[in-house]
Amino acid sequence: MANSTTEKSKAAPAEQITAMAVLAPAVGWLIPGAGHMIQKRWIRGILLLVSIVTLFLLGLAMQGRIYKANGGDILDILGFIGDVGAGGLYLLSLAMDWGQGAIAFATADYGTKFMIVAGLLNFIAIADAYHIAIGKKQ
Amino acid sequence: MRITLPLGRNNEDAFSHQPSAISSTFFAGIHSVTITLNHFSAALVFSFFASIVFGITHRDNARDMVRYGAYCFVMFLGGVLVAGWAMWVLKR
Repeated sequence: MANSTTEKSKAAPAEQITAMAVLAPAVGWLIPGAGHMIQKRWIRGILLLVSIVTLFLLGLAMQGRIYKANGGDILDILGFIGDVGAGGLYLLSLAMDWGQGAIAFATADYGTKFMIVAGLLNFIAIADAYHIAIGKKQ
Repeated sequence: MRITLPLGRNNEDAFSHQPSAISSTFFAGIHSVTITLNHFSAALVFSFFASIVFGITHRDNARDMVRYGAYCFVMFLGGVLVAGWAMWVLKR
């Protein structure tokens, strides 16, 4: 068993941490889809950009709430982790003081969830950009 | 679905000549857009965009991406319909 594990680890190619492997996730976090675009995956990048930005902006337009870091409640912290995944959109929302109103009607809660999901989807897109950068995915 | 477009622009800012006031008016106009979706249309929009991201990130080639994205979309909407009918049955 130990021998087969050792053989496997020897056979597996070492993942190269290149500049792109660091740059693509960072750029992808700041601008959704940009991590793919700088690796010349234009169509994927544009589709990711449109999908994530549209979800986030729809959430804002539905009067959804943006979570902040000092929420205190565990659910607020989880909401913050989701929101922060949207990167530049989240920072822009904080800077412009968007999404700070009280939730006044039922669909505003959908808006809050749209923004959290947009951030979480961007985390998946960041991981995908990283996998492309290290050659694990085409 | 109800879409309300720019409301509540600050007229004082609109007539100001300061650059910062112009930009704040621009963003105030964007922020005042209000969209109200009903339950089903919200689920439809969510399913559409989430399926695109799932398709792109979970498969390797274009054909598989489209197929998996379509599969996710059908599963999302199917789940919504099944859950909706299940709640209707439970309520009776």
